[in-house]
Amino acid sequence: MKPSRLAIITHGHADHARPGHDHVIATPDTIEIIKRRYGENCAKTFEALEYGVEKKIKDVTISLHPAGHVLGSAQVLLQYQGYRAVMTGDYKARPDSTCASFEVVPCDLFVTEATFGLPVFQHPDSADEIKKLLKAREEQPERAFLIGAYALGKAQRVIKLIREEGYDRPIYIHGALKKLCEFYQERGINLGELRSPTGLKKDDFHGEIVVGPPSALKDQWSRRFPDPVVAYASGWMTIKQRARQSGVELPLVISDHADWNELTETIKATGASKIWVTHGREDALVHYCRSIGLEAEPLYLQGRDDEED
Amino acid sequence: MKAFAELLEQLILTSSRNKKVDYLAQYFAKTPDPDRGLALAAITRDLSLRHVKSSFVKQNVLERVDPQLFALSYDYVGDLGETVALIWPETESGELPSVKDFIAFLEDTPKAELPALFSDLMDLATPNERWAMIKMITGGLRVGVSARLAKTALAKYGNVELQEIEEIWHGLTIPYLKLFAWLDGKTDKPQIKHTETFHPLMLSNPVDEIKDFEKLSEADFAAEWKWDGIRVQLVFNEDTQRMFSRTGDDISHTFPDLTESLNGAAVLDGELLVGKDMEPLPFNNLQQRLNRKTIVKKHLKDYPAFVRVYDILFDGEEDLRTLPWQERRARLESWMESHDNKRLSLSELIPFKSWEELKKIREKGAEEQGHEGIMLKRKTSVYEPGRPKGPWYKWKRDARLVDAVLMYAQRGHGKRSSFYSDYTFGVWKGNEIVPIGKAYFGFTDQELKQLDKWVRANTIQRFGPVREVKKELVFEVAFDSAHVSPRHKSGIALRFPRINRIRWDKPAQEAETLDGMQFFVEGQSDS
Repeated sequence: MKPSRLAIITHGHADHARPGHDHVIATPDTIEIIKRRYGENCAKTFEALEYGVEKKIKDVTISLHPAGHVLGSAQVLLQYQGYRAVMTGDYKARPDSTCASFEVVPCDLFVTEATFGLPVFQHPDSADEIKKLLKAREEQPERAFLIGAYALGKAQRVIKLIREEGYDRPIYIHGALKKLCEFYQERGINLGELRSPTGLKKDDFHGEIVVGPPSALKDQWSRRFPDPVVAYASGWMTIKQRARQSGVELPLVISDHADWNELTETIKATGASKIWVTHGREDALVHYCRSIGLEAEPLYLQGRDDEED
Repeated sequence: MKAFAELLEQLILTSSRNKKVDYLAQYFAKTPDPDRGLALAAITRDLSLRHVKSSFVKQNVLERVDPQLFALSYDYVGDLGETVALIWPETESGELPSVKDFIAFLEDTPKAELPALFSDLMDLATPNERWAMIKMITGGLRVGVSARLAKTALAKYGNVELQEIEEIWHGLTIPYLKLFAWLDGKTDKPQIKHTETFHPLMLSNPVDEIKDFEKLSEADFAAEWKWDGIRVQLVFNEDTQRMFSRTGDDISHTFPDLTESLNGAAVLDGELLVGKDMEPLPFNNLQQRLNRKTIVKKHLKDYPAFVRVYDILFDGEEDLRTLPWQERRARLESWMESHDNKRLSLSELIPFKSWEELKKIREKGAEEQGHEGIMLKRKTSVYEPGRPKGPWYKWKRDARLVDAVLMYAQRGHGKRSSFYSDYTFGVWKGNEIVPIGKAYFGFTDQELKQLDKWVRANTIQRFGPVREVKKELVFEVAFDSAHVSPRHKSGIALRFPRINRIRWDKPAQEAETLDGMQFFVEGQSDS
């Protein structure tokens, strides 16, 4: 993907935010996250736009609206002569106490992601998934619980959910999560006591919860923990064979993306008559939209990987 | 059902054997009777349910889900049961039935009401519970637990030796109430009559002519023919008469002519054969009687079953397994003398003085009577289940070799799914080549790569996963024996064919002819 003269960035994940643009418009939190990840000079100029504030560029009015995906994530609303188009970026419609809740923005054209755009993806209640984790921990107190979760958003959400279930022991985090966890804490999201596992002995981790990036689960890093239960927080964990193949013993179906029901409900709620589907399993969602009388097309984007979390 | 579904998920997501054992033991501890016993039987696949077909499940889901969305989902997930479990659109709150009630519902509900029952159950369940139920009713419960692993878990749960479980296992009945009562310390070990249950077999190792005979003394061993049938255990008393295969499958009902003949009480070890007047016919005559649900009257007449008996494990309830072979043999001979039976005959001993002499006997036996080889049993050996090294040896006759031409190649499975690794080969019949067998081993990984490449480069036709190739490549095929087979175009079937060598050098014209093959074919007059 080529650097651009003007980039509107929906959120700080690497496949949505790239360095090297001239001018970046994003929410204040997203700008802060990009700077911490890519450095202060990753774009020439930054322009922070709060949720709901309109900005005019020539004849087009731009505004950002909460997407409920990760801290700072936004949908982009473009208005031109009364025609409203929304680009969702990544989103989820269910509540998440680590970021502003998703807002339905009425529009004519709705450009939606479709990461989990198949009806087999019906994400369970996240709190129940955490209860599963805590129950397993009680049943196997001699093992460490190693949770794979992406550094921006998922890790903090998982930690916050664990806290909300009343777990108050220190939680150990991989070094790669430190910066962003600190940022979340600065923004008033209380994650409780977080510690680094460095320098501790194997015996210090019996029954402890450790959070690290998915890539570290099978790495040398994980060898320091006693007989760890490998857990992985992701919407993909819905598929048992997939969990099994990736060596996950405790799949936690916790996703930052809308599941099938959220996608279909949101599409209806926006009132849009035209739907463009991108980023994931376009076929099924396009088929669904057409079956309820909406005009729908798949939209293939430049520079996209097939899959992300 | 909830706890059972949870257990299945744990088992499928754990690769560690020890952890599977732990999960099973935990489940036995927290689950009441008879659910735990039924679950155990479901996992070891001893539970036979009235299964519904997966098409029934699919039909039910398609009444609720757009067919195209279902097809896209199935395509992505890859497993029908899991797709249905995840895509099921309705949920209701309520209690799932216990495993016992679930099975009872399934057995007792009239066919017409099954769809309604199925959808009620699906509505009440979580995706994981739906998956467990679908797997159970379609009979596809594969969670990586062998019967042995399940028994190990039982032993751990009850803090008893695995051997103790093995001893009584085949005498137990689902849902294993007596077993669990014993493991819970509430009662004594269930008393199983030895003459009513299968006992794990003692097996032999192949002899290495070069290394082993140097160390072995002729005087320590007894020799018998290696009979070309199937190994069986006869377990019988006044009340029950049963015959088990070497893995403990009850095959009594397939051979009523034999089991009905049994009188007295004993556990005998021997070889099941077919033939009139206890003269064995070739293996493929026996094979026609195996794995049949219904018994063909003509088979009973043409291929009567009998057993060549070579060992006795129990005389009545008396355990003879700890006696040396020599003493067991004496007991067996006297037992046979006192129990006249037209379906049992003693496996004769072959007298010999030296290995050299025995080798000649073996070769002569193979040539003249088609014997598969010789068994060597140490005279002092106790009857030890498993395959202990040292007491028993099998000494097979040399393989037969034939040069055959590669005709078709098929893709393999698993690790070999990207390779053409299953080969059909044939011999000349006039100007055409007729297939005589199929083999998929005997070559190295390196050779497999070369063969795969050759197949791809020399394909003349494709039929799904099968390629027909130019009739140019010769295999030297080794096999144990050849038999008449009306099912094959060539009229010949090979036993244990394998690729001995790839004859890259040999022109196909020089391969064997069907006439030439007749030299190897046994039992021609009996077909």
